[in-house]
Amino acid sequence: MRQSEEDRHQLGAPPAHESYLCDGTTVMSWLNTRDHKRIGVMFLVAVVFFFFVGGIFAMALRLKLLYPGPFLYDALTYNRLFTLHGVTMIFLFMIPAIPSAFGNFVLPLMIGARDVAFPRLNLASFYVYLAGAVLAIWAMVHGGADTGWTFYTPYSTTTPTMVFPLLLGVFVVGFSSILTGINFIVTVHTLRAPGISWVRLPLFVWSIYGTSIIQVLATPVLTLTVLLVALERVLGFGIFDPARGGDPVLFQHFFWFYSHPAVYIMVLPAMAVISECVATFSRKNPFGYKAIAYSSLGIAFVGFFTWGHHLFVAGQSVFDNGAFGVLSMFVGIFTAIKVFNWIGTMYRGAISFKTPFAYICGFLFFLVFGGMTGVALATVALDVHWHDTYFIVAHFHFIMVGATIMAFLAGLHYWFPKMFGRTYHEGWGLVAASLIILGFNATFIPQFLLGNNGMPRRYYQYPDHFQALNVASTAGATLLGFGFLIIFIYLVIALRWGPRCEPNPWRSKGFEWLTESPPPTHNFDQIPHITQDPHDYRTHAPSGVYADV
Amino acid sequence: MSEAAALPGEHPVHGADEHLAHHFSSLERQVDASRLGMWLFLCTEVLLFAGLFVGYSVYRYSFPAAFAASSRASEIWAGTLNTAVLITSSLTVALAIHFVCAGRQRAAVVCLAITLFFAVAFLGIKAIEYTAHFHEHQLPGRYYRFEEVRLPGAEMYWALYFLMTGLHALHVLVGMTVLSVIAWRTAHGYYSPHYYVGIELAGLYWHLVDLIWIFLFPLLYLI
Repeated sequence: MRQSEEDRHQLGAPPAHESYLCDGTTVMSWLNTRDHKRIGVMFLVAVVFFFFVGGIFAMALRLKLLYPGPFLYDALTYNRLFTLHGVTMIFLFMIPAIPSAFGNFVLPLMIGARDVAFPRLNLASFYVYLAGAVLAIWAMVHGGADTGWTFYTPYSTTTPTMVFPLLLGVFVVGFSSILTGINFIVTVHTLRAPGISWVRLPLFVWSIYGTSIIQVLATPVLTLTVLLVALERVLGFGIFDPARGGDPVLFQHFFWFYSHPAVYIMVLPAMAVISECVATFSRKNPFGYKAIAYSSLGIAFVGFFTWGHHLFVAGQSVFDNGAFGVLSMFVGIFTAIKVFNWIGTMYRGAISFKTPFAYICGFLFFLVFGGMTGVALATVALDVHWHDTYFIVAHFHFIMVGATIMAFLAGLHYWFPKMFGRTYHEGWGLVAASLIILGFNATFIPQFLLGNNGMPRRYYQYPDHFQALNVASTAGATLLGFGFLIIFIYLVIALRWGPRCEPNPWRSKGFEWLTESPPPTHNFDQIPHITQDPHDYRTHAPSGVYADV
Repeated sequence: MSEAAALPGEHPVHGADEHLAHHFSSLERQVDASRLGMWLFLCTEVLLFAGLFVGYSVYRYSFPAAFAASSRASEIWAGTLNTAVLITSSLTVALAIHFVCAGRQRAAVVCLAITLFFAVAFLGIKAIEYTAHFHEHQLPGRYYRFEEVRLPGAEMYWALYFLMTGLHALHVLVGMTVLSVIAWRTAHGYYSPHYYVGIELAGLYWHLVDLIWIFLFPLLYLI
């Protein structure tokens, strides 16, 4: 049975069941689908598009920063560019990237479900996201805003740029995030296949569950905050206007009450992907399964009590500063628990150094480096020195680009065969991975040095003696850009001409590989009855489960 | 287990109940999922208003005298009446759910109609109130011209007043839309004692709208 199955795949014959990709090929069959896999793929296409848009903004910024003085474009354009870079990357790429794209695709497969709990809501979430994105694009085309992605008052309520439509875009995208969060929580509670108890949930699901809790509880506060700023701009309510008794710092509290947990909306899914990939490519059971699972919830919980570390120099009381500093360091503890357990998983595993594993290595280095600078930044005295310098910029890019994008790429390569039933060129994969990891270091390590020497962020010009490090940073960014282009090219080629793969090319024992690749529309012929833990490599697969589907 | 494993349309059990979606193994499970989803949605609503409650606390702490004076200048009779109206409408929604469970569809529709009537009454009273505020120039921020209270921070009270009651009124409107759809469906026999989750969820939402008002009323009118 197994032999014949593999033969058929090697011959390039279609799999036994019609895959979700073939179930209707018209444009409408995609736009009107309820299938979580198709919605996941549509999200993937959308977020990749916005990643490139945000990337172009970033390259434009780095090009200007080659020279200390005015160059290429004026200061206002520079301010607009860094705002659009931030808004696009955070709200349109980073937040939906892993949960909405990969989460949608693999989460139901991992718990043995035929779909998410509310398929129509899922599609609505995609269109709400698109509507928000269209508003944001409209704002960008009509000049964009120059407030930075943080929209700090009172500047955001007084600048003449297009803040209002951009805020509206962020407002709308927030609903998409909430809908996806609710959907995943309910799916995990009600649609687990027989045998999948809570302590048998794949670690990906645990982490996405933690992410969803943050999405559900934090996003409404952003919705309200954005609404207040918009009303203030249009009607002059004065909530954040000191002239009317308002407090601009209250805006910062509101904003970071969402936006700090939002960092964990971005990084917990990255940890989710890594937990799966580490086990697969080490061929070893996840070391410290419960520690990894519960630390996800720990991060989600503690993440709600750290927002004040963004306000160390905003006139917060000394007591608050100390409290928020200490609370922020707890995140470091939970993260370290995960890191040690991932390393423990690799230890004495049978590691196969495929492309996703290269990204795991990059991820671990960047997460630890970014995380440790984060603990340093949570120390009030040090933060006063580094606040609003390139040190901060480098720190959060280490987490967001370094950790999250490495994990996104790991997931993209890991699940590419799952999603499309084809394989990409492994050699090019490793070349691109090395370019990206190298380019990333070259881009952001100089920024740590710049910040520590006192170069402020968001400045159009800088003193001449900072030029050498800025040139190094731009060179690194160029390398990084080439890396992404190479990935884009070989993946598009693989989509069309890549060799068809067997259902489980990695020989993974993650539950999502229990079905064919690409999966049929309804995921499983029979809802699987799970009798072992995810990634249990100690035992041989029970007859017929993993090998021949 | 066997019905869970079947593909939709291939197994008679799935065709048997028109309400059961293909990816759920039983209607019970599906109803549980809907309920959980609604409770999570209500959490997001609470957090949406939480920001305004925090804003209220902060500014009340900054301007206690102006807030007390402005609150006394509000239309307390309208607030009180509206509280009574909303609480009664919560009762009628609860009764509607009770009647559907008991198989008395017509009584349920009547209850929902009464709820809708109360919702309209609430908005009507609110509109009268708003008109009075406009005439007195009890308005937010730079529009504030109310002569009787000239304390710093009074305009902040009215900013919060209009934000909180306005957002709440928006929720009343959404609730009315939902209840209308539910009432129409009930009248057309969509719900039965075996399947009435839609009306139950609409009721939950309406109770939340009511509950938020119960917090708004003392904050904006009484203290």
